[in-house]
Amino acid sequence: MIFLVLLRRLAEMVFVLFSISVLVFLIFFATPGADPAARIAGRGASPATLAAVRHAFGLDQPLPVQYGLMMKHLFITQDLTSFVNPGQLVIPAVLQAVPVTLSLVFGAAVIWLIFAVAIGVTAAALRGSVIDRSLMFLAMAGVSMPVFWLGEVANLITQARFHNTVLFSWVPALGYVPLTQNPLLWFKSLVIPWTVLAVTYIGLYSRVLRANLVEALTEDYIRTARAKGLSERQVIFRHALRMSLITLVSMFGLDFGALVGGGALLIEVVCALPGVGMLTYQALQNLDLPFIMATVMYGAIFIVAANTVVDMLYLLIDPRARGAR
Amino acid sequence: MLAFAILIVIIAACLAAPWYAQNISQSDPFASNLDGSITLAGQPVDIMQSADTGFGVTPIGPTWTQKYFLGADDQGRDVAARILFGGRNSLLIAAGATLICLTLAGLIGIVAGFSGGFVDSILARILDILWAFPVYLLAISLSAVLISRGLKLGPVTIDSDSLLIPIAIIGIVYVPYVARPIRGQVLSLARSDFVLAAVCLGVPRARILWKDILPNVITTLIVFAPLMMALNMLTEAALSFLSIGVQPPAASWGTIILDGEGLLYTRPAVAIAPGLAIMLTVVALNFLGDGVREAFDPRAKIRVQK
Repeated sequence: MIFLVLLRRLAEMVFVLFSISVLVFLIFFATPGADPAARIAGRGASPATLAAVRHAFGLDQPLPVQYGLMMKHLFITQDLTSFVNPGQLVIPAVLQAVPVTLSLVFGAAVIWLIFAVAIGVTAAALRGSVIDRSLMFLAMAGVSMPVFWLGEVANLITQARFHNTVLFSWVPALGYVPLTQNPLLWFKSLVIPWTVLAVTYIGLYSRVLRANLVEALTEDYIRTARAKGLSERQVIFRHALRMSLITLVSMFGLDFGALVGGGALLIEVVCALPGVGMLTYQALQNLDLPFIMATVMYGAIFIVAANTVVDMLYLLIDPRARGAR
Repeated sequence: MLAFAILIVIIAACLAAPWYAQNISQSDPFASNLDGSITLAGQPVDIMQSADTGFGVTPIGPTWTQKYFLGADDQGRDVAARILFGGRNSLLIAAGATLICLTLAGLIGIVAGFSGGFVDSILARILDILWAFPVYLLAISLSAVLISRGLKLGPVTIDSDSLLIPIAIIGIVYVPYVARPIRGQVLSLARSDFVLAAVCLGVPRARILWKDILPNVITTLIVFAPLMMALNMLTEAALSFLSIGVQPPAASWGTIILDGEGLLYTRPAVAIAPGLAIMLTVVALNFLGDGVREAFDPRAKIRVQK
């Protein structure tokens, strides 16, 4: 039974990924006015050059054929090359960038989960107090900040204004150091990007967690727990928090997938981390279509996979969801 | 209520941008002013000063006076005046995109939920696909293509620097986020007792739609409006920061942050001020959203996802 559900989800995943690939392809190759050949040839290229470029890159063939060729090079032969730097292979470049993005998102996720739970539980336990209100205001401010701006402000503080003080003299110059090369420097160079990326999510998650906790604390099973004489601490951590975490688990799955899939682009650009987001950004700057195609597909795979995993987890955690779809 | 008042002040300030540029800052915030100088405390001060390091020039920093209150950007333009002008574009794009998003989402949600059957499964499928599409990547892809060339659809031509492009893109990418809950709501409304009662009484479907379904859906859309506008505001800033949103010479808060990036370590005010403006506006919108939600339905649990 669970196997059949899994199989169906897998088929759906493939269908969604196919649709996304077609959509991306259409956006870049078939939008009225968008001509990839003109872009490769540069501004003011002669018609003859344009025709030559079109032929060389296979852009004179019908759209479905072009699509098929690109997908073949991307997934089957895996030898898709850049339009802008001829000969540069796309897939190795993406694979090289993945560890950077994973390092960034993993660390940020650890920070945001710890802080969000701490803030959410504190606010819910002290609900209505000044502490609750100020924590929730801070959380709202965190959600409302443009993340790239926060990154710049953090750079300003740690790289320039206060770099020569005891507080931030340990911060290395912007950039990425592989974990395998120098674990300590890897950690140091990522602390600021981690924190910046985590801020939005701390705000979001702590607000949701507080709301869930406050609602859970009015439920009957909490009254039962209290009636049994459990301490407030046990009531919150053992009973209320457990139920409230279910929502967070599904949110976390989706957000994590979205970030690993390229949502961390802005942070990577601001903090000069050569991850997948940076790759997408550079490809967009010079409209290097094979690269865009590859990074978007890579991101879509992560997000769709995360969606599926979350759905499956839900089936396992919550029996009520089994008949729902 | 405080949030609402803050928003009104921000909107009024942005509307007063031309007046500010003419009467207070007294310079054209869209023309570069590399050779100009102003009088500060009786002394003439160049707007573009030679840098302390001896290389290149640094724009004047915040004077905290009438002219160049927040200093100048690398073109010698008054940043305070540009922030007011940029705010107009940021607010306009966020509001326009919200309008497009809610209209489309309401329409799709109602059509899908109320007609059911084949139409519903097709629309729901499309929403599912768009839902799985990374929002930022979709917005960035669309912007990158449209900004570089503009859009020609038959007789309609939209220039590549038109504000309509970011408005439409931001409006469209978030449609699934609103349309899915609306569809769910319409589905459950269509099965609710009062609609069943109306059907039994022989009330025409169009009238049920108009009298029973629509008012409920519009309430939900109103609750969504400030939250979506906050989200759109951040998206616009991100796109403009990546230089695929508002195009120069026009400004928005996102583009001013981008202008300030190169001056970050010497004249941080250029990048910090528009960010604070965005933050203040978005916080106010979010609080307004909370207030509106509580006013309409104290038990509603609508969350706008990132």
